[in-house]
Amino acid sequence: MSAANVGIVIVSHSPDVAKGTAEMVRQMVGDEVPLAWCGGDPAGGLGTSVEAILAAIDRAWSEAGVAILVDLGGAETNSEMAVEMQPPERAGRIVVCNAPIVEGAVIAATEASGGAALEIVKRTAEELSPA
Amino acid sequence: MLDVDGRRALIETVARAVIDHADELTQLDQAIGDGDHGINMKRGLEAVLADLDGLAQKPMPEALKGIGMTLVMKVGGASGPLYGTLAMTLGKELPEPADRAALAKALAAAIEAVKARGKSDVGQKTMLDVLAPVAAALADGGDPARAAAEAAEATVPMRAVRGRASFLGDRSIGHMDPGARSSALIVAAAAAALSPEARS
Repeated sequence: MSAANVGIVIVSHSPDVAKGTAEMVRQMVGDEVPLAWCGGDPAGGLGTSVEAILAAIDRAWSEAGVAILVDLGGAETNSEMAVEMQPPERAGRIVVCNAPIVEGAVIAATEASGGAALEIVKRTAEELSPA
Repeated sequence: MLDVDGRRALIETVARAVIDHADELTQLDQAIGDGDHGINMKRGLEAVLADLDGLAQKPMPEALKGIGMTLVMKVGGASGPLYGTLAMTLGKELPEPADRAALAKALAAAIEAVKARGKSDVGQKTMLDVLAPVAAALADGGDPARAAAEAAEATVPMRAVRGRASFLGDRSIGHMDPGARSSALIVAAAAAALSPEARS
């Protein structure tokens, strides 16, 4: 794994969706990108948890930055909260992508594995979203 | 200015008001959301109550920041960051001691922060539709609890454009917004705990 590549974090309401998406990324892209996933609320039900997102960002942290892929509303809100809670030295190096979670994660990781900068990774994933 | 007992009573009254209505909030959320609002809020506020002694020892602005952080970490769902942002911004903006005008001003700032967090605005069938009339009532001498109850009721005919309820489109019409209801519960409980009678 190259520490120079952008890391990918997958945040779903469902641990199964998050884990399955991560498995697809690993199989299709390989081990060249730092990758972490989280899903489920703090009690283990469907939902998202800021605490779990913070931990996933730490696991996928790369000096090149981290791109987060989310599914529905609360996943985005909680991810944005987690981004704002980062220490100042990480400011501006974590982004939440407005992209479909599965396709976005695979395409973002593909881009990241080639050493693309965070902005490029984000833009490529977001090209999948309807305008 | 609230002393330790006053702060303890305020925090406990507000938390219990929401926890006691968790089933109702969940039912409202099952109608137009994902059905987890009651259980999420209950989990977050039970975590607040677990630290009630510690929170009551702090000046109100610090206590609010602590409550906000607990809600962010423990609630889950979108309501964690939204209510967490509300509490943390109130804590940041409130002077100590705070009079009614200062509270109105701090709430107005907190509402702006919630709008930014939720990328939402008044009129979209959310908690903002309760909080904004409450801030107005605080500023112009009205009754905040009454304004909150009426405003929550007024979300029934609204059409949701934010959150999960927005997927329902017109089918979101005819149900009270669960976030509006929880906000009204919080405002009513806070008003009761801060009333002169409760504190005499």
